[in-house]
Amino acid sequence: MSEQAPPLAVIQDKDIRIVEFTNNKILDEANIAEIGSTLNSLIDEMANPKLLLDFMTVDHLSSAALGMLINANNRIKQKNGKFRLANIKPQILEVFKITKLDKLFRIHNSREEAVRSFSD
Amino acid sequence: MLKFTFKSDYAAAREVQKAILDEVDRCQFNGQCSFSIKLALEEGLINAVKHGNKLDPAKNVRVEAHVTPEQAEIVIEDEGPGFKKTEVPDPTLEENLEKCSGRGILLIEAYMDVAEWTNGGRRLRMIKKNVDESK
Repeated sequence: MSEQAPPLAVIQDKDIRIVEFTNNKILDEANIAEIGSTLNSLIDEMANPKLLLDFMTVDHLSSAALGMLINANNRIKQKNGKFRLANIKPQILEVFKITKLDKLFRIHNSREEAVRSFSD
Repeated sequence: MLKFTFKSDYAAAREVQKAILDEVDRCQFNGQCSFSIKLALEEGLINAVKHGNKLDPAKNVRVEAHVTPEQAEIVIEDEGPGFKKTEVPDPTLEENLEKCSGRGILLIEAYMDVAEWTNGGRRLRMIKKNVDESK
């Protein structure tokens, strides 16, 4: 049986960690614990975390995934870091709006815009 | 009519979800409706397994799905103690935004045309009509 690729790919851009989801089903409940653990490890590695999540490939999102994102946001806030979400498809963005989480997260239309926002 | 009975287990719930979504695909629901059903179905199943039955393998979840090209009607029932919907905090209030859980019911009601809880909260019946919501 072939091994599955890791659910996340991490890119370094200066002091910003950019996280890409590698699979459009990645935010199914089954994968959320693994993704959350990986994000927590990234956050723990950085003194003042700057983390960007690129949602380009994400077609599905559950409330459990939202909880995982909130947990990451809370941990980054505790370390005076910055957290950005980018490239969220309209259907997925609607989930953030319905839950009012578009008010909690800094959401940007593009990765480039999100990267620039870390200088704000 | 699809009928399932399974122990309180996430993997079993995923199998049921897949079977129902395959039927939704066969009935050619439009993209937005398929998205809505997938989301609400996952929330309903997780609620039954995790919050209803507390992942107790001795407790079952029963699911029925009647899917036609016109609509999908799904019933999910757990064997837990039940709950009062009126006692579930509103997750969209500012004081609740940073809480990691509590959004499942909100999403089910937002994405399905009908969502009703009976039998003390143990039974969820939801309906999604296959219409183009962009028009």
